[in-house]
Amino acid sequence: MEKIGKYVLMLRVVFTKPDKWSIFFTRLIDEILNIGINSLPIVALMSTFIGGVIALQTASNMSNPLLPAYTVGYITQSSTILEFSPTIISLILAGKVGSNIASEIGTMRVTEQIDALEIMGVNSLNYLVLPKVVAAVLYFPILVIFSMALSMFGGWLSLILSNLLTSEEYILGIRSFFETFYVKYALTKTVVFGFLIVSVASFYGYYVKGGSLEVGKSSTQAVVSSSIAILIANFLLTQMILL
Amino acid sequence: MIEVKNINKSFNNQQVLYDISSVFDKGKVNLIIGQSGQGKSVLAKCMVGLHLADTGQILYDGRDFTAMSRTEKSLIRQEIGMLFQGAALFDSMTVEENVMFPLKMFRKMTKVEMLNRVNFCLERVNLSGRNKLFPSECSGGMQKRIGIARAIAMNPKYLFCDEPNSGLDPKTSILIDGLIKDITSEYQMTTIVITHDMNSVIEIGDNIIFIHQGKKWWQGNRESIITTDNAEILSFVYASEFMKEIRASMREQRK
Repeated sequence: MEKIGKYVLMLRVVFTKPDKWSIFFTRLIDEILNIGINSLPIVALMSTFIGGVIALQTASNMSNPLLPAYTVGYITQSSTILEFSPTIISLILAGKVGSNIASEIGTMRVTEQIDALEIMGVNSLNYLVLPKVVAAVLYFPILVIFSMALSMFGGWLSLILSNLLTSEEYILGIRSFFETFYVKYALTKTVVFGFLIVSVASFYGYYVKGGSLEVGKSSTQAVVSSSIAILIANFLLTQMILL
Repeated sequence: MIEVKNINKSFNNQQVLYDISSVFDKGKVNLIIGQSGQGKSVLAKCMVGLHLADTGQILYDGRDFTAMSRTEKSLIRQEIGMLFQGAALFDSMTVEENVMFPLKMFRKMTKVEMLNRVNFCLERVNLSGRNKLFPSECSGGMQKRIGIARAIAMNPKYLFCDEPNSGLDPKTSILIDGLIKDITSEYQMTTIVITHDMNSVIEIGDNIIFIHQGKKWWQGNRESIITTDNAEILSFVYASEFMKEIRASMREQRK
């Protein structure tokens, strides 16, 4: 409970007016590059392969002749949009981005760089954390849309290469019963997950005490805590939005 | 001038500072000395607001820092320069970007004006032309000098140096000491140096405070530290036989 209180107090300081907007926007661009663009390769790789596996597993379990063939495409589409792209990709990003942020800010803490910012009169939480949070909230949805497209492409590729379905059947399935609301739901979840990943990782990095060993531990704690936060938020958001 | 009045500080019910009061004069190098773990750095961190004092006042030219809001403290801090023990340079930035950083944040200057100021500060610490290096490419002594350049970039009224000579060879230490002394008198700053280095004590200590067991145990200058008979000072400053011999010889000369 004490940690949650400290986390909320931290957010109050993070969400204040930046000392200088021009510096905030420069940092925002840097963070979009660090957090977002640099995550594209891992997101692309994971999405293509997992999309392929979802399609193959669905096809291999569809032995009932009463089920139309396009069902494979439909199941790949809905599981990708509803769960795989927003949640699993966010969990992967919690590992990649979360540990990176916690160790970056943690190292700045133990090498007194954060103290140096404070002494200069800079609001260090606002300067360090706000551009990261905004970058994640703005860019994670783009990553997830990219992931959705690639995992459906991965599904198509795997089915075509293994001759389990024709291209027309798969595309018909992808387009069947498509609900734009599901995309909105997925992107809403992604925004929340992006916020949680960055803010929780920043919290663990900012309040680290000690040396390099503690920075490593805080990085691990950041990944574990943000992953748990994502799972809990996923459950709550599903309850609130879908049901 | 900085004045501290009745500063007390404790961590987890363990008191670290006991009722410390002192005045740090403008244009002088004020040293805070003492053994490790006696509260020197805690006192300095209380003075700049990195720790909150439990009780007491810190006055910057009469302005009560302890009673200020975060925004007001931020304004005072723009008048403070600090050199950290490990220099605390931003390792993702070049030397030039490090020194320029406070100017970018708080001054309305053109790029050319900022660059001129950066070059002036780097020249002042004998690091002209090193603008494009990264901190990881600089030696310990260079990093300390870059730290000083960054600290004086905003033309501060108050300069804090946390163990500026730690990890440096004697020659570089003397260079850093000389630099601190020169810029203090040149810009008429109130300079506070936390140090273990006895050479610094003798060379630049205009005003010396000895912290022992969290209390202000002794106060004097580089002259009186040689002649004092305070037992704790003697056991700290003149810990080795060699230093004792030096002290005896210096006292002899003064007679």
